[in-house]
Amino acid sequence: MSKMIVKAPVVQQREIAKSVYQLTLHSPELTQQAVPGQFIHLRVTENYQPLLRRPLSISSVNRDAGTLSTIYRIVGQGTMQLSTFKTDAIIDCMGPLGKGFDLQCHTPLLIGGGMGLAPLVFLAQRLCPRPLEILMGGRNEQELFWQTVYRDICDKIHITTDDGSLGRRGFTVDILPDLLDKGTFDRIYACGPRPMLEAIAAIAKQFAIPCQVSLEEHMACGVGACLSCTCAGTDGKRRKVCTDGPVFWAGEVFG
Amino acid sequence: MTAEHNLGLLSVNIAGIKMKTPVMTASGTFGFGLEYSDFVDINKIGAVVVKGTTLLSRSGNSGVRIAETPAGMLNSIGLENPGVEAFLHETLPVLAKYDVPVIVNIAGNTVEEYGELAKQLDVKGVAGLELNISCPNVKQGGIAFGTNCESAASVVRMVKKSTGLPVIVKLSPNVTDIVEMAKAVEAAGADAISLINTLLGMAIDIHNRKPILGNIVGGLSGPAVKPVAVRMVWQVAKAVKVPVIGMGGIMTAEDAVEFMLAGASAVAVGTANFVNPYATVEIADGIREYLNQQGLMQVSEIVGKVRTEEW
Repeated sequence: MSKMIVKAPVVQQREIAKSVYQLTLHSPELTQQAVPGQFIHLRVTENYQPLLRRPLSISSVNRDAGTLSTIYRIVGQGTMQLSTFKTDAIIDCMGPLGKGFDLQCHTPLLIGGGMGLAPLVFLAQRLCPRPLEILMGGRNEQELFWQTVYRDICDKIHITTDDGSLGRRGFTVDILPDLLDKGTFDRIYACGPRPMLEAIAAIAKQFAIPCQVSLEEHMACGVGACLSCTCAGTDGKRRKVCTDGPVFWAGEVFG
Repeated sequence: MTAEHNLGLLSVNIAGIKMKTPVMTASGTFGFGLEYSDFVDINKIGAVVVKGTTLLSRSGNSGVRIAETPAGMLNSIGLENPGVEAFLHETLPVLAKYDVPVIVNIAGNTVEEYGELAKQLDVKGVAGLELNISCPNVKQGGIAFGTNCESAASVVRMVKKSTGLPVIVKLSPNVTDIVEMAKAVEAAGADAISLINTLLGMAIDIHNRKPILGNIVGGLSGPAVKPVAVRMVWQVAKAVKVPVIGMGGIMTAEDAVEFMLAGASAVAVGTANFVNPYATVEIADGIREYLNQQGLMQVSEIVGKVRTEEW
């Protein structure tokens, strides 16, 4: 499997929630190779403002159509500029980058917090037709438009919100032990803010359920050269989020 | 024009290091070279300058390590690297498969450490050393040697005593008088001078009032620093006899030619690799095109040819 740079035409750019966009690109080469958990690295301008590419997780792939999409929130200049690309515009796209999820399981539980739910869509697609349950957390109901995204792919959706406007009030980890008690999960896949992942990793360890986490870091090169994104591994060695990850076994990065 | 002729058009010899093109990679931006092998033919690069290497492995700085700034970026990696032994046993054998000069950037905490590194790296497969006396991101060593002429000279003397390899000294722009530094390292025996390392900078998140970088300050690179770098290359190239390797914000062949006109015999491409992994090879192609347009036979013909006398 090799990394490449393609000039990918935009098939569709759509605002799916307030300030959240789904960008669909046409690239049969990328769609053939991409696995869940990997990311693409997009150049949002030919000029130098902003200078660096933007790493975005692949949130779905349609091999028949040769398209892949990413779901992102406008958080700064780069994503703002990305949101202006219209159908047929060409985007300079590096990918597929990073190491994806291990799919060897029977009864997985997906856990996503906020925009961490983006890469799990692609994962859920590939895990089908296995029985799928997802636990999602967000600040409020508005942020959890994700339930409509997952409704058709997951058998059960569990929801928590910080303000209680949807599902249980609290964090995903508040109801996780209860879910694990009742369920028969043999794998946990999690993506979201680092403190959430750390807490999930600890609970997974208690329950002795193999757990994979997808990390997010500030990144420049995306190929393991600049070392902007490295984090400490539990064995004392550094891990590059861009090439050793972004998906790690929880035990590799959380003690 | 034959292909062979075209090859000669771009070839340079920097202190005995023969390169197919004058376009090298800048240390710290190209990993160990292999990270980019999916994108560029490593054999087509002038020289691969590998990530700053220290005696023992270093885990680098904690917290956020990069921040984007207008037409540039700040970094505070802090010389994360696996150490010289891992480089010699794991990386060098793989790099040896390519037909490209490998230059190792070295950084020490003491003069003696530079000497020890130089000794250990005097092996087949290493074409030269670049002394990192200008890393702005580590407390000991690094920039402490690069901002004082006498300390810089003592590092160079020690390294020259410890190795037979060509020694390139990388200068910090964070000094009052870059020419004085260049002359000091030349007098101490430097075979070539490379400049500039990053400019010390800082960025603040106004919402939480915290510095963006975990290390508070970091090194500025990218197009934003280019005019400063061109000026310093011009000043230094006029003042020394050893070849100068120019770097600082080179994104295109036009940028590279600008550095060469200012006096650089070769150039290094850094931050551009992050944006465009093909940059090194594309820039070499662009220089070739420029030389052809100008009807020149060899890239050395443009070195230092800025026409300042007419102003």
